[in-house]
Amino acid sequence: MTAVTADSQEAYAAVFDAAVAADERIEPRDWMPEAYRATLVRQIAQHAHSEIIGMQPEANWITRAPSLRRKAILMAKVQDEAGHGLYLYSAAETLGVSRDELLDKLHSGRQKYSSIFNYPTLTWADVGAIGWLVDGAAITNQVPLCRCSYGPYARAMIRVCKEESFHQRQGYEALLALSRGTPAQHAMAQDAVDRWWWPSLMMFGPPDDESAHSAQSMAWKIKRHSNDELRQRFVDICVPQAESLGLTLPDPDLRWNEERGHYDFGVIDWTEFREVLKGNGPCNEQRITQRRRAHEEGAWVREAAAAYAAKQSDRNKGDESGKTGEATA
Amino acid sequence: MTTSLNTAALALGDDALVLSHRLGEWAGHAPVLEEEVALANIALDLLGQARVLLSLVGDEDELAFLREERAFRNTQLVEQPNGDFAHTIARQLYFSTYQRLLYGRLATADPRPGDEGREALRGLAAKAVKEVAYHQDHAEQWTLRLGDGTPESHDRMRTACDALWRFTGELFQPVEGVDVDWRELEADWLTSVSAVLDRATLPLPEGPRTTAWSAGAGRQGVHTESFGRMLAEMQHLHRSHPGASW
Repeated sequence: MTAVTADSQEAYAAVFDAAVAADERIEPRDWMPEAYRATLVRQIAQHAHSEIIGMQPEANWITRAPSLRRKAILMAKVQDEAGHGLYLYSAAETLGVSRDELLDKLHSGRQKYSSIFNYPTLTWADVGAIGWLVDGAAITNQVPLCRCSYGPYARAMIRVCKEESFHQRQGYEALLALSRGTPAQHAMAQDAVDRWWWPSLMMFGPPDDESAHSAQSMAWKIKRHSNDELRQRFVDICVPQAESLGLTLPDPDLRWNEERGHYDFGVIDWTEFREVLKGNGPCNEQRITQRRRAHEEGAWVREAAAAYAAKQSDRNKGDESGKTGEATA
Repeated sequence: MTTSLNTAALALGDDALVLSHRLGEWAGHAPVLEEEVALANIALDLLGQARVLLSLVGDEDELAFLREERAFRNTQLVEQPNGDFAHTIARQLYFSTYQRLLYGRLATADPRPGDEGREALRGLAAKAVKEVAYHQDHAEQWTLRLGDGTPESHDRMRTACDALWRFTGELFQPVEGVDVDWRELEADWLTSVSAVLDRATLPLPEGPRTTAWSAGAGRQGVHTESFGRMLAEMQHLHRSHPGASW
């Protein structure tokens, strides 16, 4: 093995920096700074974990969906999320970490998932509100990631975003049906929006001046816009949509600011955000317990699949040596 | 549509609806991420089939959400609780093998252009048989892995195959309007399932395939206790808002 000298290290770094500056994609076999790799692993893993934990609050309503059409849509959506988890764990594997390692870190609390999934889905309207607001916020965050400097992540995000936009539309459409439905349905929709609005705004992360990883990620073109910019973009999109839905957003300070050309909005309760992040949200314990239990209860199934694959591989080797024997006989 | 085709569409449609619901209960609980995708995929195929079949009879939502337990015509096999993954796979193996053989026959039945209901059933079978072939392959592959995997998986799969065996006889109770040779269907099913179990190093279960209590019971609207709870969960929201649109 040849040692990488300080000189060659610098030369590699220069190639990497030039590629990022020229908006070229960094690919798995390219040299990259260790901190860049670590940042991507952390971010992609958190994204993958969010997809699979995010299945839980919605799966909570699959067995109670109020029409067969809604049931089919919801099942397809939850299935998409499992699929997104698969692409994202695969994208992380290109950086040299296995899915098993990442799942271990999720189960032991060493890696996080999006805090939004620590809120409960209490009524059917929550399924609509998650689609409209939570998936809407996710899209706002994720569309710029389609241009992320790391190739496999950027390509995974193109597909994820296409499916997310279907999720967002079905959520909006489900809420619209409720809002225009009976008074009880309308009230159900309003209640769900009241509960999901503020947590959705928190999905963009802490304000720019408190965000630990933002500046470096922007320099590396992993991230393209600041948390506050994206949050503002989301608010500006949602206000007219809420009006079309016939629902109100629970913020008395929400109003158009002519000068800024944006909506002003109230102060976010960052104490709540930090509490949920620390593990004290309404469902943190429940979500991770269900995830661990599914994994532990499935251990014998995964072991069986591995044992069977090993037996098959031995049998194939046996067949091949048998064939060789015949050929030479 | 004739009464006999109503009976047929309801029996096959309820089987698909109920099994789809049971598979949907796995969401977020599957042993590995690939199975989250696969089980949801199978559930979605079955739900699609159910919607087509129930719509031949009437309004799909009224039929799914407003019938009482005794009016459902599914077999008792499909309503059995998921149990562990081995039970789910055994249920899939038994049912998907049956469905593949049945739809294969319905799809290749002689066309009868004047008979719209029968043609609708034939069209559904022709499309569904492709989906069901995948479901059967999925069940077969897992039966092999579990049966011929570890001692624990072998024991679990054997227990599951034994436990569900007594519900398999009902699959071959003739259904009015389903124009197939049921005895031949049953013989083919037994040959196919026996071959898979044999390759999976699992013995063919020994008990009876039907009992005095289960023979044709589901098709007559007599179900098992867990089915009522399943329907309570499935129907409560729809029933709580009479006349509402969703």
